[in-house]
This record gives sequence, structure tokens and C-alpha cells, in this order.
Amino acid sequence: MASIAGKKSGLVWAVHISVALLVLLWLFPTIGLFVSSFRTADQISSSGWWAALFPAEQNEVYRAADPDDNRVADGDMFVVEGNIFEGSPRDIRSWGVSSRDVSAYQPGDTAEMKDGESVTLQADGSYVWRGNDKQLSGRGQRIFITATVPPEFTLDNYTTILFSGSGQDNMAKAFFNTLTVTIPATIIPIVVAAFAAYALAWMEFPGRAILIAAVVGMLVVPLQLALIPLLRLHLGIGIGKGYLGVWLAHTAFGMPLAVYLLRNYMVGLPRDIIENAKVDGATDFQIFTRIILPLSFPALASFAIFQFLWTWNDLLVAKVFLIDATGSTTVMTNQIVELLGTRGGNWEILATAAFVSIAVPLGVFFAMQRYLVRGLLAGSVK
Amino acid sequence: MFSDNPALYGLTVIVIGVGGCLGYFFLSNLFIDKVLFPASGPNAGRNINRANMIRPWLFLFPALFALVVYLAYPVFETLRLSLTDRDQGGAFVGFANYNQMMAEPKFWEAVRNNMLWLIVVPAVSTAFGLLVAQLTDRIKWGNLAKSLIFMPMAISFVGASVIFKLIYDTRPEDQNQIGILNAVWLKFDGGIGSVLLLQVLPSMLLLGFVVIVASVAWSFVRAIVAKGEDHSGWLLPLRLLVAVGALWLIWVSLSSLAGIWIGGLPYGEAQTWLTVPLWNNFFLMVVLIWIQTGFAMVILSAALRGIPEETIEAAIIDGANPFQIFFKIKVPQIMGTIVVVWTTITLTVLKVFDIVFAMTNGQWETQVLANYMYDKLFRANDWGVGSASAIVIMLLVTPILVWNVYNARKEMK
Repeated sequence: MASIAGKKSGLVWAVHISVALLVLLWLFPTIGLFVSSFRTADQISSSGWWAALFPAEQNEVYRAADPDDNRVADGDMFVVEGNIFEGSPRDIRSWGVSSRDVSAYQPGDTAEMKDGESVTLQADGSYVWRGNDKQLSGRGQRIFITATVPPEFTLDNYTTILFSGSGQDNMAKAFFNTLTVTIPATIIPIVVAAFAAYALAWMEFPGRAILIAAVVGMLVVPLQLALIPLLRLHLGIGIGKGYLGVWLAHTAFGMPLAVYLLRNYMVGLPRDIIENAKVDGATDFQIFTRIILPLSFPALASFAIFQFLWTWNDLLVAKVFLIDATGSTTVMTNQIVELLGTRGGNWEILATAAFVSIAVPLGVFFAMQRYLVRGLLAGSVK
Repeated sequence: MFSDNPALYGLTVIVIGVGGCLGYFFLSNLFIDKVLFPASGPNAGRNINRANMIRPWLFLFPALFALVVYLAYPVFETLRLSLTDRDQGGAFVGFANYNQMMAEPKFWEAVRNNMLWLIVVPAVSTAFGLLVAQLTDRIKWGNLAKSLIFMPMAISFVGASVIFKLIYDTRPEDQNQIGILNAVWLKFDGGIGSVLLLQVLPSMLLLGFVVIVASVAWSFVRAIVAKGEDHSGWLLPLRLLVAVGALWLIWVSLSSLAGIWIGGLPYGEAQTWLTVPLWNNFFLMVVLIWIQTGFAMVILSAALRGIPEETIEAAIIDGANPFQIFFKIKVPQIMGTIVVVWTTITLTVLKVFDIVFAMTNGQWETQVLANYMYDKLFRANDWGVGSASAIVIMLLVTPILVWNVYNARKEMK
């Protein structure tokens, strides 16, 4: 209420802050996965993903150029000049020439070593290494630096998961398998359910009330009960395990919700339109295809989103009715579960695989959220 | 034939499926109108009536067929399977499967965990959903906030499991912790702040929970003791059941309360969260709560908007503070919706399989009924016991089923 908001601005601030905290809390897990999918395996295992968002202090070791090839005479001494960063500059905080004291000097300082040998390192990474013939031979002088490294992200994980990975690491096939399961399993139940919903909403016949009640009852039947009898049925009539079986199963399991949602929506359409059409001589079939279907678009969209999310995210039905021993028809959820078992510690693979599988539903969710909310309300509040 | 190219196969099925359905409806419609009962000739009137009696069933047939074969028949078939033994060639064995199941500790572990899930997840999700719905109701960016909290709805249980496994991840002592939970845990050192946050605060929450459970239980039991109340009928067993459940909950809470104080917490050591018995159940529940809160929020938010303004204005004029308005005016008016949300989440919880399967697979005492059933059916290949446990899930769902059907019938009258 505006009056309350005006009087108690402290409370309003508390509301804003607590909502912001809740939203952050809810987003935090997903962001963690998202950020991790852009980090290399080394980065993921050396620091938490939250550290990846900020510049980090990091110790690195470089070597001056090979003195035998690069040294030039300077009086009776020799000098090697160069830059320790070849193309990837760092912001040097401190540096050193011994592993026992890696941050002995500031950029621009000169490190004096034994017998007149010295190294000077500038902030941009260029160095001057000076010494006599014996000192400047063999391998290049080691230079330790402590640098602030800006956040670094890579797309390599996605390349691996989508294209170049081998075996389980490659999700491309599973992605297309999931699509193959999802699209028919979303479209077919809509057609079937729409006719049934029209009959239950606008046609008079004995037993209608009982049928509606039966549909409401079947809404809650756990599909766990259906697994064994249907698998036996599928194996018995020769469908076996495969796409046809999983399409049939998804179509049927989505049917109660589809009929229920669509019938509730169609009942609310204005009676006048339908009766006028009947008076004008339209058949039920014409009324349905010309009037009811176009008007029911919002309800159709609601159900389509539900069914899409459900079939895309499903694991159980695919495991039972689709995936056979060869595993060539595996879907993404199943492949991720297998990756959890075999590559449990390889977070760069896991995070990327999981994000590939949740990206599509997230896109659909944000694009069509309106219809999803409407469907939820129609399905639950009534 | 097409199996080599699933995409083409899928496309063909869409065309055949959708075209076939439309063709079926169109042609069968045409058939009864033109061939079977033509609306012309001497019997035109009678024929039209007959056609109109048959037509609804034509429209209904494919959907009914799917419902009967894929949902109704399996319920009875599962019931039959649960009473037979596969190894004896499907011979009838009475309740032997149920007896065998009851003798397994893993089954009772699953029942116990399912009870915990059934109490905690719907309650917490609904409470959070209501909280967010109320908080976002009047602020400008409320819709954005709601949309973001609703987002996990689109994420699969498997995806969510991966997300939370990263949170619960554990590294050896000498490495940086990359799981946020362990990273935070290692910040606690056993000082006064740790005691306040990790021992005093949880204890108060647990005690509050015990008080709530005890008061609910007492309101059920009082009627048995009190004189003049209705002692007969099915209410008595229900009341006793609630009392026993409440006692068990109180016992669980008090023993974990003791655990917090007596054992002392292992500060400074990275924990493998998913292997800590009892507590790991709650870490799994967090995943489902994270997903379901958005659902609860969307529906409760719509319900809050539906409350008549006058009732709230009247309360303000009478000097009610915002908390009183919320608990005394708003919540009672949306109680019906809260119950619907609660039962819907309860149904989801009863069927929860993917989360447990992907995160622990029932190890370390995290088994739940749906995963137990999957284990029996497809790992142990024991269809009898598997079917028996499926029937247990069905029995738990049945009260909600009856209640839903009852409400739907009432609404249609």
C-alpha cells in the first residue's frame, strides 16, 4: 500500500534488500556453473569459480633467453636483453631471481647476484641480464614474478563438448537425440488432446462427467507404476526400446495434463460463437478446426511449453523406454549422469555439458514465460 | 529403415503422427456423416441423432486409448505383478514380495527419508514462495526478481544435480576448496561467531520446529482425550498416526540438536557433505526446494493479487501493521491456494528420482522410494519387489488423487 510505503521507508528498504539477497541466493548456483564452464581444468581445480571474476595474484616462473644464442658482448661482460612476456603481458607486483625469495624486488630494481652478475626487470617485462662469460652460459636465468592476472575465460570447453570431444565428452549426438525425442513428443499429444478436450468441453454425451473426473485422477498417477507393464508391452508387441516407444510413452504420460488444461480453457470460450456456427450449419469438425483451435492458442502454447520442458529434462522415461545396451540413442540427461560417474572431478567437462543441456530450456523459458505462468495458474488454482 | 537417421525418422513421425491424427479425425467424421448415418433419405432425423451420439467417442478415442493403455492398465498390472514372482514363472505368491520388502532395512531407510522429504520440501518451498510473492508484490522490479527465482523450473533435475554437486564439492586438505560450501565452512574456526551461527542459531530453529510440531500434534491428540468429541470413525487412526509421526519428528530434531552440541563440530576440516548421514538428505532436498520455490511463488503471487483490496484497506484503517495484514488478513484468504501448492509439491516429492539417482544413487543413507524402486526393477531385476514398492508410492498418492477428484466433481456441479 502506498500509505504504508510512505510512512515506513525503512521497511521498504528492508524489502528491497531482502528481495535482492534472495534473488542472488537463487542465481548463485547457476552462475557458478556458468562461470566454471568458461574456465580451464587447471583454473577450476586451483581456485573457486568466484575467484575467477576478479583479478588474481599469481606466481609465475619465466626464463631469460638462452645465453649461448642471444648474448652480446658489452666491454668485458656479456648482456642478454629481451622480454619475459612473449605476447601476454602481466601486471608485475614484485619479482625475484631465487625460488627462496620470489618477491625480493620491485619492477625497475636491479638484482645484484654473486660476482657482479645482475638482472634488471622493468614493469613491462623487459630485462637486462649482465654477467661474465661463465655466468652467461648454459640455460637462461630464472625470473620469478608475482603478477595480478586479469580474469581469463575460454571457449575451449564448448568446442570439446560440441565438436571435437571423443566418446562421452561429445554431447553433439546426445543433443540431437534429445531433440528427436522432444519435438514429436511435444506436438503429437497436443493434436490428440485437443480433440478430446473439445469433446469433453462442448459435446453432450453420457459419461462425460465421469471421464473428466478420471482425467483429473490420472493427473497424479505416478509414472513409476507404468514402467514395467509398459516395457513388457512394448517388448511384447515388437516396439522394443527406441524412439517410437519413448514418443508413445511421453504422449500418453502428457495426456492427462493436456486434456485437463485444454478442456478447462475451451469451456471458458464464449458459447455464442459456437452456437452461431452450429446454426450456420458448421459441423463439429469445422467448429473445432476453424474456431476452437485458433482461439485456444494460449492454452496450446502453455501445454506445449510444459511438455517440452518435461520431455527435454526427463531422465527416467528415456532410460526405461529408449536407451538400449548400445547407448547410441542416449539423451543428454543420461549422458550427464554417466559423466558424473566417470568424470566426477572433471568440472570443466561436467559444467559445460550441463550448461549445454540447460541452455535450450532456459531460452524457451525466458522467451515464453508468460504462457508457462498462465498454464501453471490454469492447472493448479482451478 | 530410418533408424540410421533419427532426425529424418523424427520428422517422418511428426508428419505421420500429426497427419494421421488429423486424417483420422477428418475421415472418421466423414465416414459416419456420409456412409454410416447419412443425413438424408427416409431416416435422416434418426441418423443425425445417432451420428451425434457416436461423434464424441470418435474425438475421444485416441486420447482415451492412450490413457487406458499407458496409465490405467499399468496400475492394475503393477498390482498383479507385485503379487507374483518372476522367477517362478509368474506364479501367484500372495504378499511374499511385500514381506520381503518389509524385511529390508534399505526399504525402511527409503520410507524414513521419503517422510523427511515430504515434510521438509513442500513446507520450505511453500514458505519461501509465499515470502518472495509477498515481498515482490509491490516493488518495481518485482517481476524481474520473480522471473529469476522462477528460472530453476526450466532446469532439469539432472542439471540441477550437477549445479549443486559443484557447490558441495570437496578437495583434499592441501588444495583450495572449489565448492562454495566448503570454502565458507573453512572460514569458521570455532570462535564465538561460529558458535552463534552454527550452533545457537540452528538450535533455536530446531527448537522452534519442535514447538510447532508439538502444537500441531497436540491439537490432533487433544480431541481424543477431550470428552464430548467425536471418538468414532476413521478420525481416530488418523489422529494417532499424526501423533506418532510428530513424536518421531520431535525425536529426530532433538537427537540432531544433541549432535550439534555434544559431538562438537569438525571446524577447519573440509567435509564431504553428501556422505554425512541424515544431513545429506537435507543437502539433496535443497536442490528440489531451489527448483520448486519458483512454482510456489508464481501461484501464490497470483493468489495474493486476487485478494480484494477492501479487506486490506479496512485492516489499515483499523491500524494493523504490515505483519498483521500479512498473517491475519492475506494468508487466511489464500489458504485454499496454499493447500493446492502444498499438495502439488508433495506429488513431485513422491516421484523424485533424478536428484537422488544423479547425486548419491541412494548411498550413504539417502535412498528414497522412487530410486529404491528403480534399483529393484532394473538393477536387481526383481519385478515383484519393485512393483510392490511402486504400489507403496501409489498408495501414498491415493489420498491426493481422491481429494483432487472430489474437488473437481464439486466444482463442476
